[in-house]
Amino acid sequence: MTLKPVDRRSVLQMLAAAGSAPFVLKSTVAHAETPLTVGVLYSGSKQDYGFNQSHAQAAAALKKLPGIKVIEEERVPETIAAQRSMEGMIRQDGAQLILATSFGYFKPHVLEMAAKYPDVTFAHTGGVWTAGMPENIGTFYAYIFEAQYTSGIIAGHMTKSKKLGLVAAKPTPNLLRSINAFAIGARSVDPAIQVQVIFTGDWVLPVREAEATNTLVDQGADVIAAQVDSPKVVVETAEKRGVMSCGYHSSQAEVAPNGYLTGAEWNWITPYLVYAGSVRGGKKPEHYLRAGLGDHFVKNSPFGKLVTPEARAAAETARADLMGGTRVIYSGPLKDNKGNVVIPAGVMQSSNDRALDGINYLVEGIIGQV
Amino acid sequence: MDGTSIGWLALPLAILGGAIRVSTPFIFVSIGELITEKSGRINLGLEGTLMLGAMAGYGISYLSGSPWLGVLSAGLAGMAFGLLHGLLCSVKRVNDTAIGISLIVLGTGLAFFLGKPLIEPKAPPLPSIALGFWSSVPQVRAALDVNALFFVGIALAFAVYVFLNRTGWGLMLRTVGDSEDAARALGFPVLRVRIIATMAGGFLAGIGGSFLSLSYPGSWSEGLSSGQGIMAVALVIFARWRSVNALGASLLFGGAGALGPALQGIGVTGYYYLFNAAPYILTLAIMVASTSRAAPFADAPGELKLHR
Repeated sequence: MTLKPVDRRSVLQMLAAAGSAPFVLKSTVAHAETPLTVGVLYSGSKQDYGFNQSHAQAAAALKKLPGIKVIEEERVPETIAAQRSMEGMIRQDGAQLILATSFGYFKPHVLEMAAKYPDVTFAHTGGVWTAGMPENIGTFYAYIFEAQYTSGIIAGHMTKSKKLGLVAAKPTPNLLRSINAFAIGARSVDPAIQVQVIFTGDWVLPVREAEATNTLVDQGADVIAAQVDSPKVVVETAEKRGVMSCGYHSSQAEVAPNGYLTGAEWNWITPYLVYAGSVRGGKKPEHYLRAGLGDHFVKNSPFGKLVTPEARAAAETARADLMGGTRVIYSGPLKDNKGNVVIPAGVMQSSNDRALDGINYLVEGIIGQV
Repeated sequence: MDGTSIGWLALPLAILGGAIRVSTPFIFVSIGELITEKSGRINLGLEGTLMLGAMAGYGISYLSGSPWLGVLSAGLAGMAFGLLHGLLCSVKRVNDTAIGISLIVLGTGLAFFLGKPLIEPKAPPLPSIALGFWSSVPQVRAALDVNALFFVGIALAFAVYVFLNRTGWGLMLRTVGDSEDAARALGFPVLRVRIIATMAGGFLAGIGGSFLSLSYPGSWSEGLSSGQGIMAVALVIFARWRSVNALGASLLFGGAGALGPALQGIGVTGYYYLFNAAPYILTLAIMVASTSRAAPFADAPGELKLHR
């Protein structure tokens, strides 16, 4: 972290507040005469009810701000084509800020373009900036697992069978962190709750996701959570089977008006505004930007109609605790589902603890294997 | 285990349910491709046709409110693509494999482009027949919620068998596919037969696509097919160009595809990559077991070759 935490936090909070009050923003990012052109690249469709849509929603919010022009390109493959898109945005549209929203854009595409265009700021989702990389690169990500934790609390309150189902893509560290947080949240309500995970093996496999959902419902799970790229199919299938569901990335409430409880959503507008602010201010971008619920980098979907007042209250308390820093999700003693102690008693791994980056276990109470 | 869980019984149930739910698009595409290949041409473009059918079916169902109209228009869209393939391949020295590959790209691209506004709306789905009404176990009821298209697919396999082996037109189709020279000597309209056979194949593949978007998983999205069209084409070879075999192969493939999620569901949590590959491993194993060294292409239509 290059900036002092206090410094960064205050900046972020100010900008997050500005998100809901555009007139404040006018003085911070949108003061200049010439519009700021922002180029956004997506690896898939903007309407995927998933990760890309969460970015597209932030881009749409950015577009509404005065003095900002947004150009977008969808389905840009993570190949040399990404460089061509970025170059086109810079040279033809005069983009001063490039938001590269897919993991594979970073190496080597963003690195090469940033070296070639030192006056343009590049912000990349998920990459990790290290010393020696071009100074005009910022990398940002969000602690989505904090929102998964609150989703878990809701699911834990709502389940009657004490069995939750989870359809996940691949056991990557980021997903494992979220899966564990969901289970820890649910089991904080009732330690008897079990979470059954099915890994489909890839990011987008609609038919297998539907099969996995059906299997979990057959096994008695009455809340199904999705951690795949486009959770629409999982949420929809759960709705068809008459069980409750929790979403991911963006809100899937529309496809499951009855059973959708809540979901863990990205709130990318916050980091977008941070980088727009640094371009406006003529400053270097923040190289490693990570934050969670407290800094409005993530949020939960509005609670569904089934969610009881107690569940709401518990989730709100948890959210307030997480935002205030009085609650740490990964705190010992914590066992994995093979019985090994992974975090000893007295140890707390807060959200920005880099020890969580390489997480490779599933916690106690999860039926599944990495 | 509490009352809502059925434990190990879930495995055979999931395989049965999977065979019913997952296999339908495979049945339609593979039987469609079988008709095309029997005429001596291979249409690899059915992956694109599948996507186009899925999009068209969803779109028309959404606009008209009738899912069956959606199925029909998916078939017609597929037929148009079949016509395109058939006409292009009728030009001398045009390679049907290459045209097929370009139609994959065109079909998926067109489906993505036209399907853009269809991701959000909810189209009326195809109704299913509740064959599990006799059971009080919700899992059984869910597994036996069968779509009518599944039965159409089964009937189709037998109908195609009868058509190919018991009718004059079927004989003409097979003759054209086995020996162009013989067909010409008999005065059969070779090109016309091939074009019609490709159109029929496209029609069925389009319907297969509409099943994906209108029944299971039941909505239009860009990742909907994930290679199922290509796999169905491969199933034709696996089924050795016999329609009833193609039906069996599709069912086997669908059932084996349910194995991966189902095993994890009942608590067999390891090796899921291996179990997810079960359909492919099974297909490969049966193919290896059923090869004949003496006559490797014994069942293949004589005119079917990769180079023309």
